[in-house]
Amino acid sequence: MSTDRIEKDTVLRAPREKVWRALTDATQFGEWFGCKLDGPFVAGQNVTGHIVPTTVDPDVAKLQEPHRGFPIAWQIDRIEPMTLFSFRWHPFAIDPKVDYSGEPMTLVTFELADAAEGTSLRITETGFEKIPLERRARAFAANDGGWAHQAELLGKYLTQ
Amino acid sequence: MFAALGDSTRLALVQQLSSAGPQSIKQLTANTDVTRQAVTKHLLALHEAGLVRDSREGRERIWEIEPRRLLVASRYLEEVSRRWDDAVERLRAFVEE
Repeated sequence: MSTDRIEKDTVLRAPREKVWRALTDATQFGEWFGCKLDGPFVAGQNVTGHIVPTTVDPDVAKLQEPHRGFPIAWQIDRIEPMTLFSFRWHPFAIDPKVDYSGEPMTLVTFELADAAEGTSLRITETGFEKIPLERRARAFAANDGGWAHQAELLGKYLTQ
Repeated sequence: MFAALGDSTRLALVQQLSSAGPQSIKQLTANTDVTRQAVTKHLLALHEAGLVRDSREGRERIWEIEPRRLLVASRYLEEVSRRWDDAVERLRAFVEE
């Protein structure tokens, strides 16, 4: 089993262009992801921002609320129209007492393709092996409060 | 196992053990108002989740972060993976509305 990468495949029942905009328009990205970015995504450039609870779900937003205002600094990697979008970030960088800027980053890649029912999306995140093990051990402890309940609430929300 | 970590006391224990190294119950409760009994209960829950282990040193039980690299690495990846599952569902709600 790889401990360096994760990969997620899904099909979204939405036109490819709409999915592309949701991913690469920084304002739209922020709405579903739960953050506010200070500028557009530009390949090869950094973008800053901060956590602002998602507008997609009020229950999830409540769980993101404690992290509101926490700064974000991502390095946009590639933007290949309608096909590929990637950036580097510090995974689980939500401890306000920690300065993550000197630590290794992981690479997040979104890849789109046409699918019969809409648009297929593959998300990969790689580079976890470079993240110090101690940081990894703390990360899943630190995140439990927010993300564990979030999955449950999302399930509830989606089946309403 | 993630349910085992929601409690702030447990999170504090994991953080203390990762920064200070192996500790006895006595050391772990030194500057808190949490009882030894309560801390033991939390440590057992963390042990159950594979996050800490204990050993005997004379009469004392010493607790430390479970050092098995692969365990930590794979648990971490499970958490990352779950976080992306959540994010995908938010994206789905956003684009499929």
